[in-house]
Amino acid sequence: MENTNEMTIVFDSRPVNEGLARVTVAAFCTQLNPTLEEVADIKTAVSEAVTNCIIHGYEGKVHKIRLSCRLRGRELLIDVADEGVGIKDVAKAMEPMYTTKPEKDRSGMGFTFMEAFMDEVSVESQVGKGTIVHMKKAIRR
Amino acid sequence: MNPLFETEGACLTIMLPAEVDHPVSDMIRKESDKVMEKTYIKTVVFDFEKTGFMDSSGIGLIMGRYKALGMRNGCIRAVHVNGHVEKLLRLSGVHRYMEIQRQEAACENIGE
Repeated sequence: MENTNEMTIVFDSRPVNEGLARVTVAAFCTQLNPTLEEVADIKTAVSEAVTNCIIHGYEGKVHKIRLSCRLRGRELLIDVADEGVGIKDVAKAMEPMYTTKPEKDRSGMGFTFMEAFMDEVSVESQVGKGTIVHMKKAIRR
Repeated sequence: MNPLFETEGACLTIMLPAEVDHPVSDMIRKESDKVMEKTYIKTVVFDFEKTGFMDSSGIGLIMGRYKALGMRNGCIRAVHVNGHVEKLLRLSGVHRYMEIQRQEAACENIGE
């Protein structure tokens, strides 16, 4: 039988919950027996997506972030969704080093790291409605 | 002074914690600003000995310190860097501006 499993958590957009989010996904994906490097990569990607919701999506205000994970065979699928301000120009936002908040020492590398560490990253966003980041990674072993 | 910071002359060493993420980077940025207001700092050493996890917030922290130090040659260094942290430093291009010292091979084998 194909390996399928799902989980969803909804949490406040507080910086302290970034750790909760990445550790939860790391624990969820241990069923696929990933390498330590794969776990580190996934944790970084989740951390980037959730940080984006907090800093950019909700601009520091406290609302809900929905994090869903699904296993499909050897693949881990992750969705990170907010109902925040949305992204006007997704392609621009995904450019390396591009940030709207350089004064806060943001590196502009969030999407670049997500793309480097996951096999696929896609972004659905509507201004005023929110953003969903879909990520996929195959666990090789 | 915050236990994460150590100054020796004009050199500030920041002992980074286990996870260098957004809240931790914000705290370290504010605290190191305070140190740099009081003391003349020429070099900042980021010590990753205890660090197992980092994300782009850590890269932002390093780039911010580099700018604060006037982007001079050799003004920032990273020591005790593990594989994950090194990957982020290289991917982001920050490695071009700093000397990177890997964790000792012997240390990396602990726990395996």
